[in-house]
Amino acid sequence: MERDRFIGQLRDIVGDRNVIFHPEDLLVYEYDASIDRGLPQAVVLPADTDEVSRVMALAYREGVPVAGRGSGTGLSGGAIAAPGGIQVSFTRMNRILEVAIQDRTAIVEPGVINLDLDTHVRRLGLRYAPDPSSQRACSLGGNIAENAGGPHCLAYGTTTNHVLGMEVVLEDGAVVNLGSLARETPGYDLRGVFTGSEGTFGMATRIMVRLLPIPEAVKTYLGVFNDIESACTAVSSVIGHGIVPAALEIMDATTIRAIQQSMDAGYPEDAGAVLLVELEGLLEEVDEVGQEVESALWDTGATAVKEALETSERERLWSGRKSAFGAFGHIAPNLYLVDGVVPRSRLTEVLARVGQIGEQYGITIANVFHAGDGNLHPCMLFDERQPGELDRVIEASGEILKVCVEAGGTLTGEHGVGLEKKEYMPLVYSQADMDAMIQVRQAFAPANMLNPGKIFPDGVPHRPAARRPDPTMSV
Amino acid sequence: MADELLTILGVGTSEGFQGPDAPAEADMYRCVHCGLCLSACPTYVVLGVETESPRGRIALMKAVNEGRIGVTERVVSHWEQCLQCRACEAVCPSGVPYGRMMANTRSQVMAQDKRSVNLNRISRLFLRGALPHPRRLRLGAHLLRVYQRSGLQKLLRLSRVLRLISRPLAGLEANLPVMDRHFFGPTKRVYRAQGEARLKVGLLSGCVMPLMQGSTMAATVRVLTRNGCDVVVPVGQGCCGALNIHAGDLEAGRGMARRNIDIFLNANVDRIVVASAGCSAAMREYDELLENDPDYGEKAHRFKELVVDVTALLASLPVDPPKAALNRRVTYQDPCHLVHAQRISSEPRAVLAAIPGLELVEMEQSTMCCGGAGIYSLVQPELAEKILSRKMGYVAATGAEQVVTANPGCMVQLEQGLRAMGDQSKVAHVVDLLDEAYRAESSARS
Repeated sequence: MERDRFIGQLRDIVGDRNVIFHPEDLLVYEYDASIDRGLPQAVVLPADTDEVSRVMALAYREGVPVAGRGSGTGLSGGAIAAPGGIQVSFTRMNRILEVAIQDRTAIVEPGVINLDLDTHVRRLGLRYAPDPSSQRACSLGGNIAENAGGPHCLAYGTTTNHVLGMEVVLEDGAVVNLGSLARETPGYDLRGVFTGSEGTFGMATRIMVRLLPIPEAVKTYLGVFNDIESACTAVSSVIGHGIVPAALEIMDATTIRAIQQSMDAGYPEDAGAVLLVELEGLLEEVDEVGQEVESALWDTGATAVKEALETSERERLWSGRKSAFGAFGHIAPNLYLVDGVVPRSRLTEVLARVGQIGEQYGITIANVFHAGDGNLHPCMLFDERQPGELDRVIEASGEILKVCVEAGGTLTGEHGVGLEKKEYMPLVYSQADMDAMIQVRQAFAPANMLNPGKIFPDGVPHRPAARRPDPTMSV
Repeated sequence: MADELLTILGVGTSEGFQGPDAPAEADMYRCVHCGLCLSACPTYVVLGVETESPRGRIALMKAVNEGRIGVTERVVSHWEQCLQCRACEAVCPSGVPYGRMMANTRSQVMAQDKRSVNLNRISRLFLRGALPHPRRLRLGAHLLRVYQRSGLQKLLRLSRVLRLISRPLAGLEANLPVMDRHFFGPTKRVYRAQGEARLKVGLLSGCVMPLMQGSTMAATVRVLTRNGCDVVVPVGQGCCGALNIHAGDLEAGRGMARRNIDIFLNANVDRIVVASAGCSAAMREYDELLENDPDYGEKAHRFKELVVDVTALLASLPVDPPKAALNRRVTYQDPCHLVHAQRISSEPRAVLAAIPGLELVEMEQSTMCCGGAGIYSLVQPELAEKILSRKMGYVAATGAEQVVTANPGCMVQLEQGLRAMGDQSKVAHVVDLLDEAYRAESSARS
């Protein structure tokens, strides 16, 4: 059988134990953290660049599409296999190869977990700044593919600002180097083009990252507000003071309730909204700016302002924020997370529109977002078992993205386009714009064997099928 | 598309789970597959495959529930490789009750007679044949102790006779738990508090702990009386049933739970104290186990409210600080069913901190399972070994002279890990160290 022969060849490359191909086993690789699904025909776990290269060359010859997979925590379907495709899982390539303390750089394999790198270098007085909410589980390879962000990207920028270079395996198995440990790149900045290419250009197999010194002082404030509008006004006021906080995060009443059910993060349960403000810098600087932040919060109608006085308290405030998405499981069995961006000045009006859309479609929408970046994350809470509900959710999310674009914003802040948002690309790009992007992809992957069917509209509407049994059906 | 492929590949469909003990749909679909559990799961961390992750195991439950696949041998193997350490439960933002789901899933596997040969054998011999029968256990332990202490074991091991007869038998022999010099057990006696009694507590004697760690049980009694507790060890009690419940034998577990509920509620105690974290965790969940039992539902709830792990009780008293010092560098391994199932982590550390001179050096990932996990190291020896050797690396890095924990299974497993590194030191329970410090007071005086 054709498939058996192909799997045999994969096993010859990476070893018998490192190819997953039994149908039951493949089921656990059909999803990521969002709502799309696709069963791979095999999952391959290579040990090094050479094995990745040989696997890619084989798949290329056989005409089998390939998707890379780190921890499967993505939110736009980036790790999901194309029909008939395979996944290359990087969990075995998870070594931190080198940390140069003086140069403040590290070289890692793509399967290294974001938080593990940060924890490791913190012992040496350094940090890795991008901190997506999934940082406890997500891998750096996936972070590069999606150009992952996180709360602290307000001050430090997203993944692309922290990756200096990488070794990449292309679709035909060729191994190339993009960028370098040097801060400047003569010629084209292919490192920049590659970051955020959502697995369509190649697989990073070795990654050079920039590390930052741990700031001398950190201050974290929790501003409590009666409604989300005043919290948004507070954000504008803080930034209007010329302050660039390390993070500015808003959570609305529904989110607060969900989080507090899951853990005590220290958010008052009757609040209409809370705003987390974090400042980092020199001791004196942080003290001085801290006073300005406090008065800005009071001036914009905060009903309480709390400062985290101890590390444990700060960790608690952040731990609530970072477990928000999972905590929605306390409210509804399904969650669909939208990732739109709007100019900060339009936050209040767009949030009001989001609320209206929720009412119109009869869906509860919670809001938790990177307010400083204007990066909204409306979370639609629903029950897939209710007939038609998933369709309404998808339609409503489309409406929200349109509102974001109309307000001068865009489709995604940090989750990527993937399968999820490809049909909305024409909202922000003309056909000529998209053609230009596709030409760049063709330079990297002329046969389009890597994550085909993602990012660009192909006329297939995004309609992930409901999986759960229909309760109206008798068993 | 996916299901077409499944059909083509011939996995077939199933009728899903059946009966009252099936994992609840509401539990399963609470998982939003965010993946935040992955890095907390020891089997995923060691093996790097999602079939051995909490999210993956739940996905397989869902797939069976939806009739996409049947309960195949392969699916069962992934469920059986779960340690049930519940580290995933502690980090899950959605509050997925994973421990309960896995116990229920295994009960389904058992009902469909799909358990692995290994688990079946251990279950027949040990879980059903020995654990619920204190007398049989004691007899076995006596024989084992005679074998170990008479020199017969030494002789047999030196002669390598067993290896000639059967390699697996020799392997089993090498892994025999060492019996304690002193056995402990239920008694009609009341151990009186020193000074005025603040509390009357009932102590769980349980199954193997009084035989393998009888001295720790005796230390528990001394430490409790020293801290103002009258202690009774009610006659008629038995094993808590945790191991049966984890293996999916819920019926046997319920029988054991009912027996302990009757005995302890009749003993009229203020608290039910447990020196084994795995047992205190299971006993604090008797109410869930007997939820649908019309006669025991309410009693189980009352019982559960009384149960407290010895480390938590001591910390809450708070513990009377010993006057003698124990100048020693130790590291503490959090038992999974203390830290994850009961979220108790500061209490045992507070007890250790009360001992003058004792220096606690935290190891990396002290909350990750050591691979002991009840009968896991017997059912899944290879994987348990991988998880243990990773753990021992972190233990060694602390430079501690002694490892401390609060659960008999962890004590046995960690001691094996130490032996493998050529370290002959004994693993202590938190109460062992406290007791040692108290006893040093009198020797310091004399």
